[in-house]
Amino acid sequence: MNLENITLISFGYFEKGLLEIICDDVEHEFSVPVKIRDGYLALSEYYDPARKQYNGNELLKVIELRFATDTTKTLGLFNVDLFIPILTYIFGQAFLNGRSGIASIYRLSNERYGIKKDQTIFVDRIRKEVIHELGHTFGLIHCSNPTCVMRSSTYVEDIDQKEHLLCHQCRSEFINRSTFSSSL
Amino acid sequence: MAKKISILIVDDEESVRDSLYNWFIEDGYRVECAENATKALSMLESDNFDIVLADIKMPGMDGLEMLKRIKSLRKDSIVIIMTAFATVDTAVQALKDGAFDYVTKPFDPDDLSHLIRNASKQISLLEENEILKEKMVSLENVEDLIGTSEAMQQVLREIESVAQSNASVIITGESGTGKELVARAIHANSPRKFFPLVSVHCGALSESLLESELFGHEKGAFTGAVYNRKGRFEMADSGTIFLDEIATISPKMQVELLRVLESKSFVRVGGNKEITSDFRVICATNRDLKTMVEKGLFREDLFYRLNVVNINVPPLRERIEDIPQLVDYFIKKYCISMNKPVMTIETAALKRLEEFPFPGNIRELENMIERAIVVGNGKKISLKDLPLGKTVVNTTVESLDDLEKNHIFQILSKYNWNISVSAKALKVDRVTLYNKIKKYDLKPAK
Repeated sequence: MNLENITLISFGYFEKGLLEIICDDVEHEFSVPVKIRDGYLALSEYYDPARKQYNGNELLKVIELRFATDTTKTLGLFNVDLFIPILTYIFGQAFLNGRSGIASIYRLSNERYGIKKDQTIFVDRIRKEVIHELGHTFGLIHCSNPTCVMRSSTYVEDIDQKEHLLCHQCRSEFINRSTFSSSL
Repeated sequence: MAKKISILIVDDEESVRDSLYNWFIEDGYRVECAENATKALSMLESDNFDIVLADIKMPGMDGLEMLKRIKSLRKDSIVIIMTAFATVDTAVQALKDGAFDYVTKPFDPDDLSHLIRNASKQISLLEENEILKEKMVSLENVEDLIGTSEAMQQVLREIESVAQSNASVIITGESGTGKELVARAIHANSPRKFFPLVSVHCGALSESLLESELFGHEKGAFTGAVYNRKGRFEMADSGTIFLDEIATISPKMQVELLRVLESKSFVRVGGNKEITSDFRVICATNRDLKTMVEKGLFREDLFYRLNVVNINVPPLRERIEDIPQLVDYFIKKYCISMNKPVMTIETAALKRLEEFPFPGNIRELENMIERAIVVGNGKKISLKDLPLGKTVVNTTVESLDDLEKNHIFQILSKYNWNISVSAKALKVDRVTLYNKIKKYDLKPAK
């Protein structure tokens, strides 16, 4: 498969220029050009009134069906609270070694936890979450290295503790997988 | 690299299966799903899953029933029950039926990861436990009894037949033939193997020391008895006591021993409380006990009490065909312990070993090989590395006093009769050394 680009599609309201800030880092991490565009979905269809959250499984399916292509890695970005039936919430999820993933910025801001707004931290968390979910689409699994971006994070504090970079081991795995898939 | 943990998810709801599948696959686990209990059970019959994550409410067979079936298939399998409708009763029931844990949907993401991490830890502990148990058994295995000769095979057959019983055993054989190894093998293959094997070298202890060693003593029973001490019979409770050099014990101790063997109870030295202990007795001797009985040196009643089964370990000269195998075994043993590459032995050297009479038996052969590895060139053991001209082990029967006298004389000669240095080497004070010199009438060699 010849990968043309990574496409970040925002659904709903995003501050102007927010995604452009992280573009370079994402591009640098995966050595693939990054494109940003807006998308449209009737999000109310994915809303669960009982949980007052949006169904992450269904959103992932629709991104895969309607937006993903064979020559791109597509990540749908949302500004709503995501859940999957078994978990109280998720920051994002992706098809392992697949074409698409989703991530939400809803729980990434300080204000959500009653702390003073900090734009730098907020952008940093988005950058890490985007790279993390894209890492899964490249076949990378969770890493035990505490500073690796592929470390599993269940709270924002976990996201803050890690870097936005792949550790040496995950980078080697990424290179091996990229070499293998481009030779197919 | 750590083993990849496998998880089987059993839930009738596709969305739950998908969610769990995606979650665990990102963590690097091997994950498979089943939509009902029947399918899950058939998958479990054909594949080994480390963890089963099952919903409690499913059409057909429910999670609790499936849990019971899984437990009957594999007692140690780890099953985690999940439900959307948590009640204390069902949780208690699941845990009573052997569930590892119980979780309510939806879970906090951190709880789910913790749960699986704990389950994985449990799996590693179970595996580690199995490995350690195997190691424990092999530690006392008959593997140390080397030899394919008919004489040795006969000994192994006797060990096998006597091990399962509770009968007293006397092991006879020349010095250095491996009598203690035979005792260990009997214990290791007996139902008492998970309890202690307590060895007592009767020949190395004076009568009073042996009494205190075997029966224990109370604080203040004699000078130096500053605390209560358990005796070897007490320590061997549920296990085996091995009395080496049984022929050397005094007539008084023979009476005491007979009484203990008959009643399985005794009193500590200086004590008045009767202590009961359940032990099996194995004895060893290099003397002919029957002749000693005839000469009145060993009590006949004690002899018959001990001699329920007799195993005679053959001397090395009667099983020459085992020498190459023994040589190989000792070379490996000492090369590994000395951190040297494993050596080989020249054919001529091996042939000479096979011709050697080995009065000191296997112990002598072992010492020879150890020495050859120390002095050898590190590749092959040759004839010049083996002290075949003289015997390594002195097997002439000496009294303890003779041994002490010779040893003190050697140390004194080594340090040019410097009393302070010699006393330090012998780990005694100068006065004691002077007394010993006087006692044995030691004088410097001219």
